[in-house]
Amino acid sequence: MRPKFDTSGLGETQWHEYAIRFLFGGGITVAAGLVASKFGPTVGGLLLAFPAILPASATLIEKHEKERKEEKGLNGATRGRQAASLDAAGAAMGSVALLVFALLVWQLLPDHHAWIVLPGAMVVWLVVSVSIWEIRERMRTIRRKSHSPGIGR
Amino acid sequence: MIQILVRFVVGGAVVSAFSLIADILKPKTFAGLFGGAPSVALATLGLTVATQGASNGAIEARSMMAGAVALFLYASFVSWVMMRYRFTALSATLGTMPLWFAVAFGLWSLGLNR
Repeated sequence: MRPKFDTSGLGETQWHEYAIRFLFGGGITVAAGLVASKFGPTVGGLLLAFPAILPASATLIEKHEKERKEEKGLNGATRGRQAASLDAAGAAMGSVALLVFALLVWQLLPDHHAWIVLPGAMVVWLVVSVSIWEIRERMRTIRRKSHSPGIGR
Repeated sequence: MIQILVRFVVGGAVVSAFSLIADILKPKTFAGLFGGAPSVALATLGLTVATQGASNGAIEARSMMAGAVALFLYASFVSWVMMRYRFTALSATLGTMPLWFAVAFGLWSLGLNR
């Protein structure tokens, strides 16, 4: 499946769900700052890769997927869990790119302007994470084809 | 106090923006990439560099590598647990959070605590 934009799911998210994400993101950022000022930047830096989005996004995806199935009179619990699991698998791929982001910022920030380094590292994060996703998709396609040798012949 | 407020608003806005992008992307594994996006890092590093200098930002980024490895293991484990067992997303993501702390602080204590 090719990546695409789909705004149909936006209406399913309620205002308090957006508020929870905002509060959580703000809270983690404040915590990272407070930890850094109390214990130093080596400890504070750990929190920069804290799973700030995953718990809320996985919970919302599970809830929305479950509701969709139950509207059709089906038990959506399993489908909801699977959808949340896929979301977490994506986050794992994104975190590999996050390692590259951190490496670049660590190496480049002392000698270059932050307004070049941070957006540049962000672009690299995007390219690396999308590339990892693309490689995984191609490997899945190859595996699927090798498991069904009759198809396409 | 004002700096805390600024951090809160900037962090909340950046994390919300990344979450919103993930909401409008399909398929789910692709949208999930944004769960590993540098959302807190972008908000924090910009403010750290502005208030404490680039060298402090670089030190934070070095420690962030340990956090990123921890995030990879945590997210992989959450994905596996939810696919294999009947845990809800909330219990799986919050219940396995100690894994992130253990790996992040474990790696930190091995060589990044200087």
